[in-house]
Amino acid sequence: MFAADFDYYRADSVAAAGRLLAEHPGAKLLAGGHSLIPLLKLRLSAPAAVIDIGRIAELRGISVDGGTLRIGALTTHAEIAASADVQRHARALAEAAGQIGDPAVRNRGTIGGNIAHADPASDLPTVLQALGATLDIAGPHGERPVGIDGFFQGVMTTALAADDLLTAIRIPTAGQSQGSAYVKFPHPASRYAVIGVAASLTSGTGGGWRTVLTPGASRETVCSNASVAIGGLVPAPARCGAVEQALAGKPLSDETFAEAAAAVGGDLGDDLLGDVFASGEYRKAVAPVYVRRALAAAASRVG
Amino acid sequence: MKVPVSITVNGRRHEHEVEPRLLLVHFIRVLAEQTGTKIGCDTSQCGACTVLIDGVAAKSCTTLAVQADGAEVTTIEGLADGEQLHPLQESFWNKHGLQCGFCTPGMILAAHELLRTNASPSEAEIRHGLEGNLCRCTGYQNIVRAVQDAAGAAADRK
Ligand SMILES: Cc1cc2nc3c(=O)[nH]c(=O)nc-3n(C[C@H](O)[C@H](O)[C@H](O)COP(=O)(O)OP(=O)(O)OC[C@H]3O[C@@H](n4cnc5c(N)ncnc54)[C@H](O)[C@@H]3O)c2cc1C
Ligand code: FES
Ligand code: FES
Repeated sequence: MFAADFDYYRADSVAAAGRLLAEHPGAKLLAGGHSLIPLLKLRLSAPAAVIDIGRIAELRGISVDGGTLRIGALTTHAEIAASADVQRHARALAEAAGQIGDPAVRNRGTIGGNIAHADPASDLPTVLQALGATLDIAGPHGERPVGIDGFFQGVMTTALAADDLLTAIRIPTAGQSQGSAYVKFPHPASRYAVIGVAASLTSGTGGGWRTVLTPGASRETVCSNASVAIGGLVPAPARCGAVEQALAGKPLSDETFAEAAAAVGGDLGDDLLGDVFASGEYRKAVAPVYVRRALAAAASRVG
Repeated sequence: MKVPVSITVNGRRHEHEVEPRLLLVHFIRVLAEQTGTKIGCDTSQCGACTVLIDGVAAKSCTTLAVQADGAEVTTIEGLADGEQLHPLQESFWNKHGLQCGFCTPGMILAAHELLRTNASPSEAEIRHGLEGNLCRCTGYQNIVRAVQDAAGAAADRK
């Protein structure tokens, strides 16, 4: 399959990419190409120009600064999955990146491309939603931070404008008593998410998990802070407010997780995605299982 | 628009003016005349087109030639050292890790990637590592044995 012909420009800096975007309205940015090239080949997309940002060194890499984990937009899924910093500070993200597609896909695909493309079956948007990420976006009027809430607006639709460039993703590092996990029902052929659930749970006295000492009872930890997101079966990753509410102040137990997971139906809305492999109704029916597993996995990591 | 690219394929430099839409797999097969790399699905699912770009496995049907400009590409033809087969090639031969052979070039390069990142994988890790490569013939058992054999041989040499 051949893409429709396009002109090709290579940017060696964010500033150069911005100039090229201004010169070529309607141009598409190319990072790893693992979402864009399939679209070009199928001619679902036929831009007049493609701007290759894949070699911009300043967009690559992972660093930790104070309480913030910063990941450059061009960092590959393989680099994220293998990063000790990501494993330590945002376990769910490393876990999700390591489950994307297959090794060759993970070597080329980037976190920035994954987010900008916003495929509802993608893994990383769901994780970043649960981890409360902030996105750094460079546009014609400079760079601005954009919160993850409201960034994903629907199927392949985000708050990015055509001349915006995502430069980095910032995530608050996990606290001492915080644990996160990503659990996925992969499509058996494509490995994309049929359902993906990310959960981040925090413990601690007062603001977090609280150790409750009841006379005669064993020590119990309770949850006062939970952030849960689901993707794959909805047009854009959804925060699971009903699940989070059902967790608040409850002991860290399998019963709590099952009960909270059962509430997820209320978080899904009416616009359910399905395909020949798994209908929307089926996905909705099994969603609580994945929510329960994600909660249990996150809880097992609360330090 | 045509763009000049220079790609070293199996140690030999190839310089061409190409359309930006040219896929790396076509550059390799048509312009560099290395037809060991196959096109199976052409939709990044099957792994038949897997090559190494600067030593790292990638699907060349989902990579533009312009993206590999300046890179060193290794295909199945480039693995052997003269007449001396690469240990993975030896193992696929010895363990009968192929039938029709269509998936084999990509399968061997995917196995190469696995052993690069994990020198002594378990059986489950081998199956997981080869997830992006489909074989319509073997049922995978002998492919897994071949990779185990190659990993073992590498360990013996140490
Ligand atoms: C076989 C296969 C299996 C896959 N399986 C999964 C899976 O299981 N889970 C999953 O989540 N994903 C999966 N993917 C998608 C993969 O993760 C892609 O790599 C990713 O979605 C896009 O990243 P990219 O760097 O390749 O982006 P590209 O394809 O280069 O770009 C994608 C889009 O994002 C835009 N873009 C890219 N970078 C930026 C930026 N910095 N700022 C603004 N816009 C930008 C581009 O203009 C384009 O519109 C799979 C892909 C393939 C081919
Ligand atoms: S031909 Fe490239 S993955 Fe199938
Ligand atoms: S040997 Fe025939 S496809 Fe694998």
